[in-house]
Amino acid sequence: MMFFLKLIQGIGVGVLSISVGLLFMGIGRKITARIHRRYGPPAIQNFIDVFKLFSKNSISHGFAYDLGLVAGVSALLAAVVFLPIGQINLFPTNSSLIMILYLMTMAYLGMAMGVSSSGNPNATIGISRALTMMMGYEVPFAAVIFSVYIFARTGSLTNIVAAQSGGFLNWNMVRLPFGFLAAEIALQGMLGEKPFDMAIAPAEIASGPMVELGGKYLGFGMLQHAVGLFLETGIMVNLFMGGASNVWIFVVKQFELFFIALLVNAILPRFRVEEGVAFMWKIPLLLGVIQALIVVL
Amino acid sequence: MSEWKELADYFRGRSMWMLHYCTGCGAIELPPTMTSRWDMERFGITPMATPRQADILLITGYLSVKSLKRVVYTYEQMSAPKWVLGFGSCTINGGVYWDSYNVITKLDKYIPVDLYIAGCMPRPEAILDAFIKLRELVKKGEAKGYEKYVKNYEWYKANQDKVFRRTTPVLKKPEEVTKSA
Repeated sequence: MMFFLKLIQGIGVGVLSISVGLLFMGIGRKITARIHRRYGPPAIQNFIDVFKLFSKNSISHGFAYDLGLVAGVSALLAAVVFLPIGQINLFPTNSSLIMILYLMTMAYLGMAMGVSSSGNPNATIGISRALTMMMGYEVPFAAVIFSVYIFARTGSLTNIVAAQSGGFLNWNMVRLPFGFLAAEIALQGMLGEKPFDMAIAPAEIASGPMVELGGKYLGFGMLQHAVGLFLETGIMVNLFMGGASNVWIFVVKQFELFFIALLVNAILPRFRVEEGVAFMWKIPLLLGVIQALIVVL
Repeated sequence: MSEWKELADYFRGRSMWMLHYCTGCGAIELPPTMTSRWDMERFGITPMATPRQADILLITGYLSVKSLKRVVYTYEQMSAPKWVLGFGSCTINGGVYWDSYNVITKLDKYIPVDLYIAGCMPRPEAILDAFIKLRELVKKGEAKGYEKYVKNYEWYKANQDKVFRRTTPVLKKPEEVTKSA
């Protein structure tokens, strides 16, 4: 009985993350349009897009292609289940951040396997850029995570959230400002927003990993982006903004982080991949190390 | 089942992704259509990078015989509910190139065109008008060019082959040319 209850709750969390992610993407398009002084699509445009993509015919490039794309979405959905979302916390004793990051990496490797088996050189270039960039942002993010771990003396997201309870001044955002700044820059890279969007450069390598995706496969790609958006902003809310008492406040906090990323995305051009990694290993890593030193000393 | 199809057609009309094949001079009308002045994204129409992702193939202007070959490849790579928009008078009757030796005159003989935008050039308002017309046709389920292509494939293929024959090199052996030189 308990098992089935958990299963249904897990599916619910998955649906929640997909719909919030797609809504964020739609609102993001609207906000970007307003920055360009355009009217912009309706906020639910991305739901329409996903529905349309799943109603299209699609062309497969073999077994590894199908498996990779499904693995990409399912690994991220598996990671979301372990994330404390406001009062929804399915595994309070088991919400280790390291495991969530591990599952996230699985998702990107699944995507890499899928799209590079399509044999298109643009996809391979895009994937190599995405994985290089991942190497760039994971290092400062790991430094920040270590300082949060040492500061809170625990590795579980539930306990990190509990340690920040009791008002705004207890949030890690205020207590660990350098770490928060470094993690914000790393988040920009994780979300693949400008200036770190070299993996999907439409005018340069024909949208990189997505080059051969069509119909339902592109639908899976969009779902993966939606869940990834929810998960990455969710981790940041839990780590630095003290979690939330209910789901609505949690989503509003996530949206604040996404909004900052959007504004940066709307006004900046794109780095080359080596410039992006060099930037990540200089400024955010330095901030992360400074924060770790302040915490330790 | 028919309700499902109606619903799918409704959403397809609301979200059309476009691949623009810009060899002709019509390409210059597209940037203002996409950007702030006319903003086609408010109708759910976004430019896409590859044929696999696209729903609409927009042919801007004249097609030489060689570039028609690429257009046919591109069209066949797109996945099934797909539509072709012929832009400008060059796709209708050849336009100013009506008597040129290496330009096709009627695009509809080689791939099924769902809607033409007449004019030389059509203004961005005309392009947006065409998108709205296409949306209405899609919602009513009347834009079925892709089914016509599958049904009459032999006819289209024969027309294509007839014109592609003109792209074969005139000199049979290139080695002979280099030898004599």
